[in-house]
Amino acid sequence: MIMSWEIMRAYLPLYAKALLLVLKIGWIGIALAILIGVGCSMIRHFKIPVLQRLVSVYIELFRNTPLLVQLFFLYFGLPKLGLDIDAEVCGALGLALLGGAYMAEAFRSGLEAVEPIQMESALSLGMSRRQAFLHVVLPQAISISVPAFVANIIFLIKETSVFSAISLMDLMFTAKDLIGLYYKTGECLTLLVIFYLIILLPVSIVGSLVERRLRYAGFGD
Amino acid sequence: MVLIMADELVKIDHMTKKYDENTIIEDLSLTIHEGEVVVIVGPSGCGKSTLLRCINGLEPIQGGSITFRGESIDGKSKHINEIRQRIGMVFQSYELFPHKTILQNITLAPIMVQKRKKGEVEKEAEELLSRVGLLEKKDSFPRQLSGGQKQRVAIVRALCMHPEVLLFDEVTAALDPEMVREVLEVLLSLAEQGRTMVIVTHEMSFAKAVADRVVFLDHGEIVEEGRPVDFFEHPKTERAQKFLNTFTYDKVEKAK
Ligand SMILES: Nc1ncnc2c1ncn2[C@@H]1O[C@H](COP(=O)(O)OP(=O)(O)OP(=O)(O)O)[C@@H](O)[C@H]1O
Ligand SMILES: [Mg+2]
Repeated sequence: MIMSWEIMRAYLPLYAKALLLVLKIGWIGIALAILIGVGCSMIRHFKIPVLQRLVSVYIELFRNTPLLVQLFFLYFGLPKLGLDIDAEVCGALGLALLGGAYMAEAFRSGLEAVEPIQMESALSLGMSRRQAFLHVVLPQAISISVPAFVANIIFLIKETSVFSAISLMDLMFTAKDLIGLYYKTGECLTLLVIFYLIILLPVSIVGSLVERRLRYAGFGD
Repeated sequence: MVLIMADELVKIDHMTKKYDENTIIEDLSLTIHEGEVVVIVGPSGCGKSTLLRCINGLEPIQGGSITFRGESIDGKSKHINEIRQRIGMVFQSYELFPHKTILQNITLAPIMVQKRKKGEVEKEAEELLSRVGLLEKKDSFPRQLSGGQKQRVAIVRALCMHPEVLLFDEVTAALDPEMVREVLEVLLSLAEQGRTMVIVTHEMSFAKAVADRVVFLDHGEIVEEGRPVDFFEHPKTERAQKFLNTFTYDKVEKAK
């Protein structure tokens, strides 16, 4: 198959626009997902009554349904309840809710991986439970969860490829649209792959650098 | 009402400890006096670690009382953090904080809990580190140290809080034999300084050398206690004799 650089260059601005959209929604969605995830895992870790139950239901619900279905509910369901929702907000929200459930699980296993005796050793030095949690348990839990966080971020960015279903002009939508119009399948798909790599490779690289820097907390010996 | 004498640091009075329905320690009384080195020995599972954890308020007790200078030790009370500052504890598995350097491990609690000046605490930490031969490791992370070195750091970390009594739970049990000595020597020098210590150990010759008093625990009760010479040379009870025998070996008779 011979590909035309001219055509690819001509399509570039459309892809760039889609890239910015994915970055914008992705960044907001992922930031919210981390907040939700950390919040939920704290609720579970400290076994806060009632909320703990709700969090479990939320996590199971969102981890076990596809993002596409969640987006449909938000995009077509909420207006039925009288809540009009913008497609971009809907995308970010969907990503945040799905991501929050995954981040909560990732962070919970990080918290659980810190041996209780670390807490006791901090207490035996006269620290309060709060001090021990903040200065001894939490930093270790965070660095243990970093690999899972990075994996989740990559997963969530890939999931943005279903945004086209709620008529967001994401990368997937752009590619499909252009193929439908001009039948330049090879060029369009190549650009699609390149643009996903542009987003995801830096995430992977930065992620593994951070992981390497934080690896100290992975073991006691 | 428990009467406290002036030199009584820790007083355990008719204490009972259960895990669910299992009684681990029953009706145990033991007093630790100032400047005394008490060594606790006994078979595995007899409740030695549990006893130390109770003294530090890490385990709730189901009966009797434990007091430190007359103040009740209770993991749920408001004063527990203040009392724990005055009781140092060293664990078998060191439990250094892996995300902090050696120096930070030692200075974290004195700065944060006791609100002491960073410079002053670091100076003291460095002095203590050099005394155990580890000053050049102050900026290393725990994972870069050997087991024996980590355990010496853990001891320094406890000392830097200026505790009035130190609890050691089998601090050499996780170490390779060649590292046991370097840690035990630190404990011996602390004993020479007149520190109050409660030491749980399986190192019988060390126990004999360091102890002012040996307490033999079996099935959660004190079966025998006394001066080390008496206990090790002439154990009175059959259980103690049997226990001590497990540390000696008869010559193997080889068939010709
Ligand atoms: N968290 C726990 N829950 C239930 N039972 C426990 C718990 N911790 C300890 N036990 C039990 O309490 C008993 C005493 O345990 P402990 O660890 O105090 O023994 P030990 O004398 O320190 O033994 P070792 O010499 O092996 O360290 C054991 O039978 C043990 O199984
Ligand atoms: Mg033990």
